[in-house]
Amino acid sequence: MHSVFRYLRRNPSLTIGIALLAVLAMFVIIGHLLVDTEDARPLSVPALRPPSGDYPFGTDRQGRDLLAVMVAGTPLTLRIGFVAGLLGVGLGTVLAFIGAYYRGLLDTIIRGVADIGLTVPGLLLLIIIAVSIKGTLTVNQMAIVVASLAWLYPTRTIRAQVLSLRERGYVEVARLSGMSGPGIIFFELMPNLLPYLAATLVNAVSAAILASIGLEVLGLGPIDAPTLGMTLYWVNFNAAMINGWWWWWTAPTVIILTVFLGLFFLTVGLDEIANPRLRRSA
Amino acid sequence: MAPLIEAVDVSKRFAGGLGRESTLALAPLSLVIHSERPAVTAVVGESGSGKTTLARLLLGLAEPTAGEVRYRGNDLRKLRRDERLAFRRDVQAVFQDPYGVYNPFYRVDHVLATPVRRFRLAASRAKARELIAEALRAVGLRPEEILGRFPHQLSGGQRQRVMVARALLLKPKLIVADEPVSMVDASLRATILGSLRKLTDEHGISILYITHDLATAYQVSDSILVLYRAHVAEAGAVERVVTAPQHPYTQLLISAIPRAHVARDWLVKDETRQAASATVATTEGCCFADRCPLADTNCLLAPPSLYRTEPRRAVACVQFGDHPALPGGDLGEVLSV
Amino acid sequence: MSEPVLRVEGLYVAFDHPLGKVQAVDDVTFALAPGERFGLAGESGSGKSTLALAILRMIKPPGWIQAGEVWLAGTRLADLDEDRMRAVRLAGIALVPQGSMNSLNPVLRIGRQIADALADHGLRLSRGEEERRITALLAEVGLSESVARMYPHELSGGMKQRACIAIAICLRPKVIIADEPTSALDVVVQRQVMATLARVQQELEAAVILIGHDMGLMAQFVDRLGIMYAGRLVEVAPISEIVVRPRHPYTQALIASLPSLEARGALIGIPGLAPLLRDLPPGCAFHPRCTMATDRCRTEKPPLRTIQGSQVACHLA
Repeated sequence: MHSVFRYLRRNPSLTIGIALLAVLAMFVIIGHLLVDTEDARPLSVPALRPPSGDYPFGTDRQGRDLLAVMVAGTPLTLRIGFVAGLLGVGLGTVLAFIGAYYRGLLDTIIRGVADIGLTVPGLLLLIIIAVSIKGTLTVNQMAIVVASLAWLYPTRTIRAQVLSLRERGYVEVARLSGMSGPGIIFFELMPNLLPYLAATLVNAVSAAILASIGLEVLGLGPIDAPTLGMTLYWVNFNAAMINGWWWWWTAPTVIILTVFLGLFFLTVGLDEIANPRLRRSA
Repeated sequence: MAPLIEAVDVSKRFAGGLGRESTLALAPLSLVIHSERPAVTAVVGESGSGKTTLARLLLGLAEPTAGEVRYRGNDLRKLRRDERLAFRRDVQAVFQDPYGVYNPFYRVDHVLATPVRRFRLAASRAKARELIAEALRAVGLRPEEILGRFPHQLSGGQRQRVMVARALLLKPKLIVADEPVSMVDASLRATILGSLRKLTDEHGISILYITHDLATAYQVSDSILVLYRAHVAEAGAVERVVTAPQHPYTQLLISAIPRAHVARDWLVKDETRQAASATVATTEGCCFADRCPLADTNCLLAPPSLYRTEPRRAVACVQFGDHPALPGGDLGEVLSV
Repeated sequence: MSEPVLRVEGLYVAFDHPLGKVQAVDDVTFALAPGERFGLAGESGSGKSTLALAILRMIKPPGWIQAGEVWLAGTRLADLDEDRMRAVRLAGIALVPQGSMNSLNPVLRIGRQIADALADHGLRLSRGEEERRITALLAEVGLSESVARMYPHELSGGMKQRACIAIAICLRPKVIIADEPTSALDVVVQRQVMATLARVQQELEAAVILIGHDMGLMAQFVDRLGIMYAGRLVEVAPISEIVVRPRHPYTQALIASLPSLEARGALIGIPGLAPLLRDLPPGCAFHPRCTMATDRCRTEKPPLRTIQGSQVACHLA
């Protein structure tokens, strides 16, 4: 335990990242105990009240308690990001390993699709996909929509890492020891990539959250859910900035900022673990 | 009985890229290694000579562009699964870099336990541990000082000896050692090479010792193959080739080795002509012609065949054209003990 | 000897390691005559590269120079501030570092790299003068002037090494430290590079410290040889003496382990392992591996004594 604390002192980025995300986690957990999340639904409380003792974050035009909305919505937004990121990196990892280790036609196809997919503006594709889905989206469907593109970048970067790793001496030694392809991928290559995969995952989650908020702000998200992005959609819809209802957009903005800063610092911190050359000297 | 490993006219050429010529990594070469007559054969050459390419071809880690490498009579590329496993059991390797060959994620036990597991060398965990301990002791290491450590906790010499122990575990018939001691301290080299030689003398394991260091090759091997720019320059019994070299390149190589003698004649001997370019020559003649003090127009016409100047010696130089040429360039007999 | 061009006295260099202090250089003293070729031989971990960096005051944390003095032609290097010390590096003492072929900047042409070295030391030359100087330098190391326009990857290993020597001598230093300059080169190319170094050194009348572990190379190149073990100098003697009559057991073992090209015999190595620098045995650092070790060797650190023109650190010499 002591050595964990010592490491956190040497890796300030990781510490700050974890701290910010921990603050958010506390906010959500304690919030759930103190606030009735039903109040995140429209017509629960008097509308357009500025922050006060009863309603610390104020209320919006449809009568939602904004504190309840934040407490209920933050985990939803994070869940979308996390599920999409996980699916994306999961698929990306499998495709990257298969392509990079076996090379040949399969690799050319995988790489080609990823490369072409990356040149098409992602948000545009997502909008098209979201618009084509009949009816309103649920939070889970949102995650899958975002995941459909989230695998492109991880595939490319993980493939590059595997390409370099497969030339290492220990891979040849493993072949000489009679190990087969899948065995080498799982037992020799994968363990060395775990820090890199973790960093890629955090990156992907970050990107997924951004994409989902983007879609929601445009009104293509799950209309009924009190997610952070949807809140911003209503802010726009009701011209809250012009009307001076500052509390309405301050809360989601601060929380979104915290999420992104936390994930950013976490990525930088994980990068340092993954790439020993970035480590500061003791 | 079919020989253990046979290279039949193998050559390797790397395709060039856009607008670049292809590179010849190894010119057609034939040799044979029998398991009944264990011996140490040295393959000596500088960088770019093709010695590492030859090692990789014989280990099945690379495919020849032409010719075949056969294991017990069967082409390596066409082995069935069980034959392939048998091949991996019979032919093992020790590589140059004692660090890259270890997966940094695992302790060094991993590199020893994997072959035991894959080849089912032990019936139980206890037997496996005993097998590994025995192999470590055979190379002069104490198991309690090695097992349980991570690669970075051992010295380069220890790591390299663990690799030799690993090669030993399978009781192979042939170990291909590619520069096994060049990244190890001088004082330790003799010890490691000594243990390799013991493998041949006491355990009947043949060794293919690939190196650029002619002196250690002289001390440890029975036969020697000298490569220059992908071609065989000279081959034969090591005593003869080193003490009475016949190919101009071998002579140059030997004179270029600085000796720990009081006589200081090494620096003054540097009057060789620079090689025409740093890449492999693709001219039709002898590949050494541009640096050879004895070259004449004959040398530029065609690459010389391997001429058998002694029962156990072959030289690729037109000077010896009056001797019989090796049929098919087959070095089998010349290199055998 | 006449006034030495380089004098090292009582140098101690240590490194801070989480597991303990590492004594990389332990009380090293020697002097270099002008124009002399001095070899520093030892295996990995013997401290020879650290010694070279310490002489140039290039030791960075977690390493630090604990004690000792270095004099270059009468100037005490510790007295100089960082700017004056920078001027000494390359102009006074030049270093051809280990793996110098990889320390050439891959995106700059060779000529440009030499010009940078000259400009860094305040040399203001006109374009034409600069070109003439570079061409002359390249000619000194046996490279044609077209090399100035080439990038490092266009050159062979030996040519790159000679380019590094050209950079090292561009300001006519009085001392050249060559740290394993030929370790990655083939035997024939090695001879070309060493012949170049010898010629260049003679023309400059500069002293050379050749760091390496190839005793054969030392025997053929240097005038005097110092053997380092575990950070200490254990023997310093004229090369002919060391080859014929090595006095320290480690030197004797090193010479005995050299594979000969004459007689085929048993391969003799040195048993045991080099000691961990942060966990040195008491007394003589070599005693665990020495066949003649006595109780005194196990407790008392032998000082470097002079015996008939050689210096040895052994109780039994």
